[in-house]
Amino acid sequence: MMTPISENTATKRYVENALRSERRHFKIYAVLLLLALVAPFVVYPVFLMKILCFALFAVAFNLLLGYVGLLSFGHAAFLATGGYTTGYLLSTYSGFSTELAILLATAASTLLGLLFGVLAIRRQGIYFAMITLALAQLVFFFYLQSPFTGGEDGMHGIPRGALLGFIDLQNNLMMYYFVLAVFVFGFGLVRRIVHSPYGQILKAIKENEPRATSLGYNVDQYKLVAFVVSAGLAGLAGSVKTIVFQLASLNDAHWHMSGEVVLMTLLGGVGTLLGPVIGAAFVVSLEHQLAQSALGNWVNVILGIIFIVCVLTFRAGIVGEFQKFFKKNFR
Amino acid sequence: MSMIFGVPVAVLSGQLLLGLINGAFYALLSLGLAVIFGLLKIINFSHGAFYMLGALLTVVLFNTLGVNYWMALFLAPLIVGIVGVLVEYFLLRKIANEDHIYSLLLTFGLALVIQGVLTNIYGVSGMRYAIPEVFRGGVNLGFMFLPYYRAWVIVAALVVCFGTWFMIEKTKLGSYLRAGTENSKLMQAFGINVPLLVSLTYGFGVMLAAFAGVLAAPIYSVTPVMGANILIIVFAVVVIGGMGSIIGAIVTGLAMGVIEGLTKVFYPEAASTVIFLVMVLVLLVKPAGLFGKEA
Repeated sequence: MMTPISENTATKRYVENALRSERRHFKIYAVLLLLALVAPFVVYPVFLMKILCFALFAVAFNLLLGYVGLLSFGHAAFLATGGYTTGYLLSTYSGFSTELAILLATAASTLLGLLFGVLAIRRQGIYFAMITLALAQLVFFFYLQSPFTGGEDGMHGIPRGALLGFIDLQNNLMMYYFVLAVFVFGFGLVRRIVHSPYGQILKAIKENEPRATSLGYNVDQYKLVAFVVSAGLAGLAGSVKTIVFQLASLNDAHWHMSGEVVLMTLLGGVGTLLGPVIGAAFVVSLEHQLAQSALGNWVNVILGIIFIVCVLTFRAGIVGEFQKFFKKNFR
Repeated sequence: MSMIFGVPVAVLSGQLLLGLINGAFYALLSLGLAVIFGLLKIINFSHGAFYMLGALLTVVLFNTLGVNYWMALFLAPLIVGIVGVLVEYFLLRKIANEDHIYSLLLTFGLALVIQGVLTNIYGVSGMRYAIPEVFRGGVNLGFMFLPYYRAWVIVAALVVCFGTWFMIEKTKLGSYLRAGTENSKLMQAFGINVPLLVSLTYGFGVMLAAFAGVLAAPIYSVTPVMGANILIIVFAVVVIGGMGSIIGAIVTGLAMGVIEGLTKVFYPEAASTVIFLVMVLVLLVKPAGLFGKEA
């Protein structure tokens, strides 16, 4: 006679599986972190910092697209808000503490995220994309016309300052490790959210929203929290990016930037934790290479072609396709 | 000179006219988006690029082959329409069964490619296109000066808008379209060639965009990036109106143009943002849009 698997055994098996994959992931993360720690001795640190900032931006964006299924086409607004707030605080008040500026910039983006979220979540699907895009354009015009942003010239020569008053951020290596720490914090936060019960509900909303509603979850509230967290992290990325480059520009607020973060995430793998990081590294490196080559003017065309090819042939992205391949062949 | 709210009537009516013209373009573009959305359920991010293509073709066809305005008014939308059908057939169709987000991203990528290639060829500085002979000059209405070409733009846009409305709401072909919007599988079962209808619908939608582009060529400066910014405004218009009805798209488009024009008179700083602010208000009060049907 067959004994039915008791609920207990099933739970135990689930936990064991989760732990096993946890341990495997831990190994991957450990290797990557080690690589990141030695990388600035091999590669130019400012370039690496650029990758890390955009990686954090993409990770934040992916929390929405990958785990809630919301396509925001307005994330540039948060990146720019983080950047401009930081730039304004650091260049207006000399000696303003860098960490406080970052904190306030993140808070400003979070608040803007709340405003966007409250409005955009009223509509679903592609309307959501259009509303976020339109709101971001509103923010773009605001920054274009406000006197403190320097309009089309942007803000230049923003001082990096010292972290906690004694770690000199003028030193690129110090700056790099700080950016890495911020990135690890952001990545860790998103990972924690995704694997928490709250993250499971987000996934449920993505899979089947009416079902999640009928199970009694306040879907809009869950979406809003995810949106706000995503906006805050995008602002954090923008803030740190501004400190790295000592520059806040209108480019960060342009819809083109919103498109770029979509591309990074899509290319790396929507709904995978590492995907956006790989995607950001790829896109930033590609743009860097192209800018130096004869194809400098063709960046947008090449990005567009990657978009099209990606959508047509490997929608799961680099990491997603790799995972599929791994599951098929090694299980 | 007579004044209204401390503003000379001539200035006010001049801005109203400009607003009405912008509104005519918003109406044509949001109409095309609505037609495409109806059957394909996608938001066409390339719409601005096709609008630009219409305007650019008008200029380029004239400069290279000497094609005149009237021919361009017919040729440019036709060429763009064919391009649209090809795009639908070779690209969009391949991912029709995937999440609609992917079609949106594909059209976004396509817009980047079209704009990027043309920017490399023609640069970003605006190209001029002379107003056709017939429409030079204007008429003094007493309270304002009405250039003939601007009057023509409004009339032509309205005729095309209502023609489209008539076709969709009152003809047999339109009834297929509406049926396809409701349930395309069932319609296929009735023996109607739905894939063909989808291709033609996409082609027709972008034709409307190109037609708007031709109308725009003599009054706006023609550049490969002219479609990008107007598209975002049109998205806001679509959110305001809701995609429930064809008439809704037309009325909202015109109204938003007029509101934008009035803002230019009374508070110029907000002229570029007023439509987005209206969108915010509408979302707060009536989330489904003014003419929207969905819950």
